[in-house]
Formats: sequence, structure tokens, C-alpha cells
Amino acid sequence: MPLNIGVLALQGDFQEHRAVLESLGAAVTEVRLPHQLEGLDGLVIPGGESTTIVKLAHRWGFPDALRHFVDEGGAVWGTCAGMIVMANALLETEPEPLSLMDITVSRNSFGRQVDSFETDIPVKGVPGGPVHAVFIRAPSVQDQGEGVECIAQLEDGTPVAVRSGKLMATAFHPELTPDTRIHEMFLRLSAGEPSPV
Amino acid sequence: MATSTNGTATSYIERVREPRWLNSQDAEVGSYAVKSGLAQMLKGGVIMDVVNDEQAKIAEDAGAVAVMALERVPADIRQDGGVARMSDPNMIEAILKAVTIPVMAKSRIGHFVEAQVLQALGVDFCDESEVLTPADHEFHSNKWAFKMPFVCGCTNLGEALRRIGEGASMIRTKGEAGTGDVVEAVTHARTVLGEIKRLQHLPEMELMTAAKNLGAPYDLVLEVARTGKLPVVNFAAGGIATPADAALMMQIGVDGVFVGSGIFKSGNPAQRADAIVQATTHFDNPDIIANVSRDLGEAMVGISSNELPESEQLAKRGW
Repeated sequence: MPLNIGVLALQGDFQEHRAVLESLGAAVTEVRLPHQLEGLDGLVIPGGESTTIVKLAHRWGFPDALRHFVDEGGAVWGTCAGMIVMANALLETEPEPLSLMDITVSRNSFGRQVDSFETDIPVKGVPGGPVHAVFIRAPSVQDQGEGVECIAQLEDGTPVAVRSGKLMATAFHPELTPDTRIHEMFLRLSAGEPSPV
Repeated sequence: MATSTNGTATSYIERVREPRWLNSQDAEVGSYAVKSGLAQMLKGGVIMDVVNDEQAKIAEDAGAVAVMALERVPADIRQDGGVARMSDPNMIEAILKAVTIPVMAKSRIGHFVEAQVLQALGVDFCDESEVLTPADHEFHSNKWAFKMPFVCGCTNLGEALRRIGEGASMIRTKGEAGTGDVVEAVTHARTVLGEIKRLQHLPEMELMTAAKNLGAPYDLVLEVARTGKLPVVNFAAGGIATPADAALMMQIGVDGVFVGSGIFKSGNPAQRADAIVQATTHFDNPDIIANVSRDLGEAMVGISSNELPESEQLAKRGW
């Protein structure tokens, strides 16, 4: 049986995630309404505009549905805007995140688009050397609760990937590079395999 | 040949990824990957024309993925006539400060100094736009020379591939801006998508002549023939005025929509903006489109695009 993975398709680069997950053998559902979460092993919250995704998520009743999904043992991974959506709190006043993970996040943490960058960083639990990470108007983790582990940081120590149980969040976009190792890590998490870290 | 995980071939992109701008201290900033990547983050979203910080805030609250800062929306540019230029830096800066979503601004076709000014202001995306009066009758700006990504209009596949060859990170249909008439956007989107389908079915020996006839770079023609899609994100623009218009363009197969005059020239901008955002996300759900289309008030008055004399057709601008 392939894993059933949803990609939150309210807005953003959900098709890019879908293509990678399908290439790894997952059965992928685009999730636009909460009832589409039923029967999923894991959900990816893609990159996009966090204000847009959060607004649409509130409008269609996703905050309660996603908390229920997590309580029932579903795995969730947010990339960039997805990390913002998952946060408990933001440094900024808007938007109101969905509080799925005990992290405090700063939006547009590295500046405007002209400051967007690519770099190589090691990610804990990902074998085979550093991951090429693309940061686009990216957020960063400012604070993390107990039980949340930082699995990747920039050279200056800024945390850019975190994990807690079956939840993970990355400030960068593995779906934009040909390297599928982070998606493979999320599929292992969704399958309930023990943490390699 | 290398294929990236999002299904687009990387051959052309790989070759052009090396930074070509001058005086950059950091080769990893402003690369092609981060420029085209920002366009990918806008997918499934609505980009709205705004003329001041107050409208920008309304657009952001309604769920716009980006705003286009300009002094006059296309409907007013049509009415006022004269030369339409880049907006005042003060006005653009006020909008940059007012919202956290990406801010786009327009330069004239071929006016690379206007584009340099926009990049210096910190604008997130430049639209080298036929809505403004062209500054060059032959050449578009060299968009490889910028860290700031560019979006350009097109009416057909050859035009789209020429703009991508010049370094555009995103393409949109031209439609016929400022009319509220969606027919030209439909025509341009169907033309581009149809020409892509045609290339896919040509034997390889015919592709060089296809490139000649399209007036498009051969490498890009090969890539499109192989992958069946443009190598960058493709939005619809020009004449979209209702939630159903937005959903129509999404079902035809574009990645997102620009709404120019359609929102702030209508009776209830905040509600219409919200409705178009909902219809773009739920483009394949007619029940939701029906619900958000209720009681939106007056749509923009509109001009039928086939009543426009040729001299007033903005889509004819660009080479």
C-alpha cells in the first residue's frame, strides 16, 4: 500500500511537492477542504504566501481540522510559508498562525526578494552530505519549545529546520531542487518509522 | 538529460543559472533559482493592481499573493492618454512599507533604467509592461542583468520564449488591460497552450523550422517540446473582472491571475478581491464560485476589446 499524502492546495507550489512525492511512490491528494484530510498519513503545507494560505485556512475551517489531524497521529511538514502556518507564534502581528508546532517564527527573516539566496547546509537525519537549500523571502525559527529539535542551521547558527515527533518544518524549499532526501525523510515520518536522529 | 523534481527540464536553466549581473559580492544571491522560485511561490494566487498604501492593505487582507504598485490602473491610463511611465518612488516605497507580501512595479518596455530604479528601491518583482508606453521600439530589457525577477506579457508562444530567453522569470498573458473584457486573455492563454501542444507532437527534425517560425530560441523550443510546458510560471492578465473570469483562466490551464482595474474600479473592492481569491483557489468547485459571486455589487463598466481602435490595443506593444 502506498502512503497517502496530502498537499495543502489553497495556494503556493503544491504541484511541485506533488511531483516529488509521486516520484517517490506516494499516493497524493490535493487538499482544499478539511474533509479531504480523512485517511491521509501525512500532509505537506507548501511554500507560497503565508498571509494568503493562513487566511484561506481560517476561512475553510482548517485550524481545528489540522489540530485534530495531528492529535490523531498524522504527520505534517511545512516548507517556508508552511513553517509560518504551523508556528505557535510569529514575531510579527499578522497573520494568526495555526499553532501546530511549538515554535516562534520570524517572517521575511532575511530581507526582501533581492536578498533571497541559495546555500548548502547539513540536515540532521539526512545521510549523504549537505542539502542544497533555496531560501526565498524565507522565515527563520526564533524560539522553540521543549521537545522541538533543530535539525539544520545556517553558518551563523540561525535555525532553519526543526522537528518534533511527527511534525517538521523547513524555512527552505526542497521541492525546488532535484534532491529528494528531505521528502524521503518526511515519508519515513509519515509511515511512523522511528526517528533516525 | 537532467530533469528537476518539479518536472521541468533543467538543461536550459542549468546553463543560465550562473549570475550575470555586475558588481555582485555574493554569487548565491539573486540567482535564477531564487528568481523563478519566487514566481513558483505565487502559484494559485491573485496579484492585484493598487495605486496607494490603503488599497495595498485591502488587497493583502483579501488574500492577494502580491500587489502591483502603479500610479494609475490601466482603465485610467486608457482614459487619460499621454505617456505612461514608471511610478513615483515615494508611492512605491509607501506600498513597500504598508504590506508584507511581495510588491511588484512596472517599467516601460526596454526602459532598463526604470528597472534599475525599481531594483534599487527594493521592489520584489518588475513587470516590463505593455500597459506603460514603450521606451524602445525594437528591444526589451536584458533581464539577466538584474537580481530582481521580471514578469513579461505575451500573446503567443514565440513571444513568451523570447522574453524567457531575455531572462524573464515569469510570463503572463497580455489580455487587453483596462477593459474588463476577458476575451483577449482567453485567446492568448489558449494560443500559448495550443502552440505548446503542437510542438509536443512535431518530429524532432521539424523543431528548428518551428523555432524559426515562432521567432523563439531553439534551446527553449526543444525544451518545451520535451516537457510540454513553459519553463517558468505562467499567469493570466488583462481583462479579468469577476470570480468566474479568474476560475475560467485557471481551468484553461494558467498558474494564477493578475487583476488590474477589475477590483478597485468596482463597487465593493474588498468583497470582490476576496471573492476572486476564493474562486482562484477553488477554481474547479462551481458551488463555491457561485457562493462568492453573490451580491458583489457593480463590476467595472468595461469596454468591449474588439471596439478598440488598433492604436489603443495595448497587447500590440512588445516585439
